[in-house]
Amino acid sequence: MRVVLAEDLFLLRDGLVRMLEAFDFEIAAAVDNGPELSRALDELQPDVAVVDVRLPPSFSDEGLQCALEARRQRPGLPVLVLSQHVEQLYARELLADGNGGVGYLLKDRVFDAEQFIDAVRRVSDGGTAMDPQVIQQLLTRRAQDKPMGNLTSREKEVMELMAQGRSNAAIAAQLFVTERAVAKHTSNIFGKLDLPPSDDDNRRVLAVLAYLDQG
Amino acid sequence: MSTSQDTTAEAARTAAAQTRELSLAMVRGPLLAVVSLPLSIVAFVFSVVSLALIPAGVGVVTTPYVLSWLQGYADARRRLVDRWSGIPVPRPYRPWPKDLRSGVVGHVERLLLRLKDPATWRDLAWTPVDMTLGFVTALLPPLFPVNLRLTRSLLEPTREMLLARRVEQLYETRHDAVDTSAAELRRIERDLHDGAQARLVAMGMSLGTIEALVERDPAQAKKLIAQARENSAEALTELRDLVRGIHPPVLAERGLPDALRALALRMPIPVEEDIELPGRFEEPVESAVYFAVSEVLTNAAKHSGAHRVWLDVSYAYDAGGMLRAAVTDDGKGGASLEKGTGMKGVERRLGQFDGVLAVSSPEGGPTMVTVEVPAEVLAE
Repeated sequence: MRVVLAEDLFLLRDGLVRMLEAFDFEIAAAVDNGPELSRALDELQPDVAVVDVRLPPSFSDEGLQCALEARRQRPGLPVLVLSQHVEQLYARELLADGNGGVGYLLKDRVFDAEQFIDAVRRVSDGGTAMDPQVIQQLLTRRAQDKPMGNLTSREKEVMELMAQGRSNAAIAAQLFVTERAVAKHTSNIFGKLDLPPSDDDNRRVLAVLAYLDQG
Repeated sequence: MSTSQDTTAEAARTAAAQTRELSLAMVRGPLLAVVSLPLSIVAFVFSVVSLALIPAGVGVVTTPYVLSWLQGYADARRRLVDRWSGIPVPRPYRPWPKDLRSGVVGHVERLLLRLKDPATWRDLAWTPVDMTLGFVTALLPPLFPVNLRLTRSLLEPTREMLLARRVEQLYETRHDAVDTSAAELRRIERDLHDGAQARLVAMGMSLGTIEALVERDPAQAKKLIAQARENSAEALTELRDLVRGIHPPVLAERGLPDALRALALRMPIPVEEDIELPGRFEEPVESAVYFAVSEVLTNAAKHSGAHRVWLDVSYAYDAGGMLRAAVTDDGKGGASLEKGTGMKGVERRLGQFDGVLAVSSPEGGPTMVTVEVPAEVLAE
C-alpha cells in the first residue's frame, strides 16, 4: 500500500516513516510542506495520505486545505489528517462530501502503533477514523437530547466506538461481547435515532456522525 | 423646471424651520433668562463667600456642599443645552477615587478633590458670564442660539482636560496590561512547572528504571513502559490546554471567524452563530475578542441555565471602525460584571484596546453581553 506522508517536524516525520514501513506500507513520498504535498498527491496517486494540518510555508491549515482540494479532484481519496488539536469545525469539513476514506486524529494517537496502523488501514479501505475526543465533544453536546436519552448506557458505548469508525468486530473485541450482540445494539441505535438502516459499515458511521453533528 | 421647484420647496421648508425655531426661542429664551439669573447669582455669591471663609474654618464645612450644588446646577444647564440643541455636552469633571473615606476626613478629602479639579473653577467662572452676557442673549430670541453656544463652550471640557483624562486612562490601562501579562506569565510558568515538566521528569525516571529492568524483569519493565506512555499522553494534553489558553490554534490557522465558530462548536450547549467580518484584524485585537467571547460563552453555558445561545459578530465602519460581538442567551439572567473575576479580567484586557464590555441581564433573563473594540481592517 502506497502512502504519501506530510509532516514538517523531522522527528515526527522520521518516526512515522519507520512505523509505516515496519507495518509493510510503502512510502511513496514524505514531504514537509504544502506545495510539495499537493504535487505528490497529484502525481503519485497514493492509496492513502497521512497529513499534518499545519504545514509550511504559511503555517496555517495548509495541510488540511491541500487534502480537501485533493479530495475534490479525486473524490474518496483516502486522507488521514493529524493535528496537535482536534476541532469539530475541521471534522465537519472533512466529512462534508459524504464520501468515506477520511480520518482525523490527534497526533498522540501515534503512540499506540497498532491502533494507529489500524486507523490508516481503515481509512485507506474507504472507512472512517474519528478521534475519540471529537466524538466525546459531539456526545456531550447531544447529551440532553431526547432520542439520545433513550439509549441505554451500553448502546451509548457502542455508538461512541461506532462513530469513531470501528467495525462491529472491533467493537465486539473492545467491549468483550459477541459480534451478534453488537449488531443488535447498532440496529437498536439506528431505530431509536430514526436513521435509515444500511448494511454498509461506512454509510452507517457517516449517518451517525451526521446525526451527532447537527444542531 | 423640477429643480427650481425643488429649490423653492426647500427654501420654504428652511424658512418654516427657521420660524419654528424662532418662536421656540421666544418661549424658551425669556424663561431661561428669568430662571437662570437668580440661580447663577446665588451660585456665584455662595461659592465665593464659602471659599473666602475657608481660612476661617466655616468654609471647610460649607464649601463641599456649595460646590456640589454648583456642579449640579452646571449639569442641569448642560442637559438643557443638550435637549435644546440636540448635541450632548460632555461633563469635564475628574472621576473620584472609589475608596473615599467617610466622616470628617472624607469631607476634607472631597473638598480638596473639588478644589484641585480645574472644572470646578471653570464652572465658577461661567456663572458671572451667564448672569450678564447669558442673560442678555437668552432674553433676545434671535440671539438665543448664541446663548446655547456660549453655555456649551464654557461648560464643556477643554482640550487640555480631555487630554489629561486620556493620559490618565492610558496610564491606567497600561498598568492593567503590565499586571495582566505578568500574571499570565506566572500562571504559564506554574502550569508548565507542575504539569508537563514534572511529567517529563517522571518519564525520564521510568525510562531509566526500564533500562535497568529490561533484562532482569521484562514483565515489570513492560508495566513501566505503559506508565511512561500514559505520562507522555497526559503531558501532551496539558500542553495542549496551555497552548489553547495562550493562543488558540484555530485562531492562528484560520483567523477570528473560524476560531469563534470552532469555539461555538466546542460549547456544551447549542450556539447559533452569525459571524460576518470583512477581513483580518491586528492579532492582539483578534485574540482579545476571542478570549472575551470565550469567557462570556463559558459563563452562559455554566451559570445561566440557558438552552440556547446566540453569537453575533459584525463590523461597522462608523466611528473609525468598530468590531462588535454580542452573546445572548435564554437563561435566567441576573448576571453582572461585578460577580465574576473572569469578566473583570476580560474588561481589563479589552480596555487595552479602548474596547468595552456591557452586560444587560434583568432577573429572569434574557442576558445580553456586548463587546465592542475599535479596530481597523487589515489590508490583505
